[in-house]
Amino acid sequence: MTTSRTRSEQVSTPAADLVLNGSRVPLDGVPPHTSLLDWVRERGLTGTKEGCAEGECGACAVLVARPTPEGSAEPTEWVAINSCLVPVAALDGQEVVTVEGLGSPEDLHPVQREMAERGGSQCGYCTPGFVCSMAAEYYRADRTPRAASGVDGSGVDGSDSVDHDCGPNGFDLHALSGNLCRCTGYRPIRDAAFALGAPDAHDPLVSRRSFPPPDVPRTRIRSGDEEFVRPADLGEALEILTRHPEALVLAGSTDLGVAINLQGLRPPFVLAVDRLPELRELHVGDGDIRIGAALTLSEVERGLAGHVPLLDELFPQFASPLIRNAATLGSNLATASPIGDAAPVLLALEASLVLTGPSGDRVVPLDGFFTGYRETVRAADELIREIRIPLPLAGTTAFHKVAKRRFDDISSVAVGFALDIADGTVRRARIGVGGIAATPVRARATEAALEGMRWSPEPVARAAAVLATEGTPISDMRASDRYRRAMLEQSLLALFARETGEESAERPGSAQEATS
Amino acid sequence: MSHLSARPENPVVGEALPHESAVLHVTGRALYTDDLHPRTKDVLHAWPVQSPHAHARVTQLEVCAAYEIPGVVRVLTAGDVPGVNDSGTKNDEPLFPDEVCFVGQAVCWVLGETLEAARLGAAEVRVDYEPLRSIVTIADAIKADSYQGATRTVRRGNAMSALARAAHTFTGEITFAGQEHFYLETHASLATVGDDGRVFVQSSTQHPTETQEIVAHVLGVGAHEVTVQCLRMGGGFGGKEEQPHGFAAVAALGATLTGRPVRVRLNRTQDLTMTGKRHGFHAAWRVGFDHDGHLVALQTTLTSDGGWSLDLSEPVLARALCHVDNAYWIPDVEIVGRVARTHKTSQTAFRGFGGPQGMLVTEDIIGRCAPLLGIEPHELRRRNFYTDGQTTPYGQVVHQTERLVRAWDQVTSTAELERRRGALAGFNAAHEHVKRGLAITPVKFGISFNFTAMNQGGALVHVYRDGTVLINHGGTEMGQGLHTKMLQVAATALGVPLSRVRLAPTRTDKVPNTSATAASAGADLNGGAIKDACEQILARLRPVAAERMEVPVEDVRFEGGEVRAGERSMPWAELVHTAYLSRVQLFAAGYYRTEGIHWDPEIMHGTPFKYFAYGVAAAEVEVDGFTGAYRTRRVDIVHDVGDSLSPLVDIGQIEGGFVQGAGWLTLEDLRWDESDDPERRGRLTTQSASTYKLPSLSEMPEELNVALLERAHEEGVVYGSKAVGEPPLMLAFSVREALRQACAAFGPTGHSVVLDSPATPEAVFWALDEARRAYRPAVPEPTELGHPVQVTQV
Repeated sequence: MTTSRTRSEQVSTPAADLVLNGSRVPLDGVPPHTSLLDWVRERGLTGTKEGCAEGECGACAVLVARPTPEGSAEPTEWVAINSCLVPVAALDGQEVVTVEGLGSPEDLHPVQREMAERGGSQCGYCTPGFVCSMAAEYYRADRTPRAASGVDGSGVDGSDSVDHDCGPNGFDLHALSGNLCRCTGYRPIRDAAFALGAPDAHDPLVSRRSFPPPDVPRTRIRSGDEEFVRPADLGEALEILTRHPEALVLAGSTDLGVAINLQGLRPPFVLAVDRLPELRELHVGDGDIRIGAALTLSEVERGLAGHVPLLDELFPQFASPLIRNAATLGSNLATASPIGDAAPVLLALEASLVLTGPSGDRVVPLDGFFTGYRETVRAADELIREIRIPLPLAGTTAFHKVAKRRFDDISSVAVGFALDIADGTVRRARIGVGGIAATPVRARATEAALEGMRWSPEPVARAAAVLATEGTPISDMRASDRYRRAMLEQSLLALFARETGEESAERPGSAQEATS
Repeated sequence: MSHLSARPENPVVGEALPHESAVLHVTGRALYTDDLHPRTKDVLHAWPVQSPHAHARVTQLEVCAAYEIPGVVRVLTAGDVPGVNDSGTKNDEPLFPDEVCFVGQAVCWVLGETLEAARLGAAEVRVDYEPLRSIVTIADAIKADSYQGATRTVRRGNAMSALARAAHTFTGEITFAGQEHFYLETHASLATVGDDGRVFVQSSTQHPTETQEIVAHVLGVGAHEVTVQCLRMGGGFGGKEEQPHGFAAVAALGATLTGRPVRVRLNRTQDLTMTGKRHGFHAAWRVGFDHDGHLVALQTTLTSDGGWSLDLSEPVLARALCHVDNAYWIPDVEIVGRVARTHKTSQTAFRGFGGPQGMLVTEDIIGRCAPLLGIEPHELRRRNFYTDGQTTPYGQVVHQTERLVRAWDQVTSTAELERRRGALAGFNAAHEHVKRGLAITPVKFGISFNFTAMNQGGALVHVYRDGTVLINHGGTEMGQGLHTKMLQVAATALGVPLSRVRLAPTRTDKVPNTSATAASAGADLNGGAIKDACEQILARLRPVAAERMEVPVEDVRFEGGEVRAGERSMPWAELVHTAYLSRVQLFAAGYYRTEGIHWDPEIMHGTPFKYFAYGVAAAEVEVDGFTGAYRTRRVDIVHDVGDSLSPLVDIGQIEGGFVQGAGWLTLEDLRWDESDDPERRGRLTTQSASTYKLPSLSEMPEELNVALLERAHEEGVVYGSKAVGEPPLMLAFSVREALRQACAAFGPTGHSVVLDSPATPEAVFWALDEARRAYRPAVPEPTELGHPVQVTQV
């Protein structure tokens, strides 16, 4: 640590604490690698469980109070996150509710009652996490019962028109897609979810929504040689980053948490930027859409409100709500995973990034951002401030994700398409691909093979054959190289079939019915 | 109706009740083993030093540096073991090995004041290895003649000569994957030492008695110096039948050496890399049919992948060999089984215990041969059902086959299979890129441990002076609802309301010498024992009541918390109090053993099973021709649970078992590194939840209809019930066969679909790709595309 005193060290930082199930609990001296999960369990609140320690199973889900998007009726909402991934230090000043805070055996919460009475628990180990994820959806302010359509509570009548993922009470089953149960087979859990009514107006968690969300205080917690810092604003963040090039930038912690838990990473200095106001703006303009890098994927999804159809296809297939409520778009790009699902889509949309550093802003096309496996052009003293998507958008877009599981799985191949087709000819083609190289890439040869060609079976088949040769896919536990190549080819054929109405292809993860 | 199976009026068994701990589950109050350490003082935490090699000799183990880490208290090594350095019962699983046999095997354990200290200490332990030749795949093991345990054969008639006479014969092979249990709660133990040196181990174990025995032999003490308790498990599925012992022993050893409580809790990566899984198998087969599609002969050799040590591989294999027939009469059979030894985790029990693997072979054969015979798969299956009085290849007479037929007919009619087959054909004709498949498959599963001695259960029932009841039994609760059922059995047997009965956690000092809670037999065995104990107590109470009410003893009945005789009655609590004052014993140990079973493991012959559980499932899937991705549109199940002890619990077992089976057959994809790279060979490449995918909500059938078979009273089993834990898993063959049908729909009629297991989207894609190519005449295919067709008409 440097000994020179700087602005951030001169400003006094109040003692860190958080509100846990309604009681204020100090956070003094917690190491930056201590997860919220471990911290609540050490306090004897052992209802919250560790099932995987990497945000895949949801047994650790808890509720946190968060600001709602601008224009919402109420300023605060409850969202569920994976407590195994987030450092407890990152929750300084925040409000957390665990399964114990929702209800007790003597006074069951409505979600707890439905789960208990309908056989929603067998071994019970995943249950607290399901209860918390379900409670977040229960409290979602815009959850409204579907128009009466005669569909019963099971959501099933054998006809092809039923949305199996949405209950008559408006419950979106995707809310539970980040929770795994090994015992029940899920049917009773679904029944419990679809049986929930509206929360009581006197429910304290409902009342809480009408008050402002917790402030995000400046945080500085030291533990031995380790330090967690949350600056008050972007200027302070950049200043710290300049002086601490070793700083690990935290913006959601869904990747960092995995590295801490599974790889034993112990960062000596963590700089949290995920609540910096300058990084959390969303603007839909005439020439472009600007998305603050520290907005969570959930916030981006709701904030864009359908402005970008290709992103609307992406979000439901991006990990799980537990992850999307924490992960930020900026950090998803900064982490530079070769298979991150956002990058292929944003490449197709020709997005660019605004990097901000001591010498100001610079705009980098996403296409030139990734330089190698988990490497980018971002300098150690720079942050991603925003993501820009140029307008107008291409007319024909599609996101094609191939994975073993429909919900919450990592892609073996992900392809984003953005095509302009006029008078039966492809005028412009942009294709982003993940999973076939050390970085997400543009499929330039395929773009060239499409542009200027007729949008008809033969040229499309030829271009699809070119797409199959892009990149250098490998064989691993997710898929073989030849399957990855086949999927590249098939993705364009599937898009063509879909667009030309020959057949609506199955789209994993979507609620759409495949039949006509 | 037998005494054991008869139900009194208004029984508590049969009521649809939530899990007895449901309220604790949903509020987070239910305690699991690893929830105890934050409530315990001065706990030490353990971390393993894991082998990076698939096979190597440990040439040097240097632990000094670990002690340099602040907070490291003790490193446990082989030299610390006062008793037997082995974590199993067969003396082939050294707890602290000098030869490592799989990547991830623990060489030694570090104890620290914190988990962090233990982890950092483990990183400082220096182990020198001399790498040895390793075998990773079954194919390599077969090539190298690497086997362990005995080779077994089930034989009836002369399969070879019957095959020679058969109208149609086919031959083929299949290699299919195992399965990770992925109980949400990983292995955990907490050991403490009492003032007299006795060891108390709380363990997430399905087999407390064996955990106790292994801890005792590692410590070199008698079993009476070790008590094992299991509060409850966050899932077991067989993965905690044999595997917890070593971890409990490490905790107990650490506790005895340091005098402090020691916690061993595996994180998910450790659990996945250290503990055994469902066995994958290879099978090579020749099958014969007559002109009408009746099976006439089967010759098959099953090789299971046992991993590095025997563990439960032999009994798993035995059950596999006893389930190759599934529901089908095959006159002449020869089924050979052997256990491969490979350098992987020691594969172990997993729901079904080899039964699913044996059945997969035959269901795969039928699915592949049906198109070649020109018979619809459902017709081919139905045509080959057992009829009553026929015997299994291992000599057990098959009864209750009418139940299988009833279940089959019920599914066929309630699921409208005829109509839907027509609709599906229309759909498939109208869609080039999306096809649907519909399949119906049967399950016949033998209930009882193959090993006859294990078919016994014990219980301890206390009636307190206030009339409340506390029961203990030898079974463990892992979510299957055993305790719920046992409470219902006790309340029924004593004629008291359920609210009067409580159940205490499973402990070896309450009920000794218990069998594992396994083989679906928990309710049969422990229910029988609890009922026995309750009836002993009632037998003592009856004369007291008769005297008090001045009625004949034989008129006394116990019902709803009342003691009745004709018009007279008195409250249960009053009778209990009276009995106490009369110096009548108000507690009893109950015992049950399954009658009428016997088994000769040498010749694989006998009547190992008390009865068979039956079930039928029909599944419809939809497959996307672009990707091979699929979804399950509808599943209909009729399953035989006898007269259900607890319908909500039983339906939960059926649905959960079905989905878990579907996971095994379609999604869950265990991968080991088979490369020659010494840094990677033998490594489990799917060692996390992000790479090993369980079924999630998205895999749930969009429509799932489950019915319990009616008129299903089971003679000779507690209150007429049947076991339910394992059999429903195998209902999931319907999904695999429906996928095969959907793939076939991409090709010409008569195309035999070879489908890998698990049938991941990739596997399905290649299968449907192969089917599409079958339209084209014999152009030699590039070998890297599609599978060679392994079924050939000889």
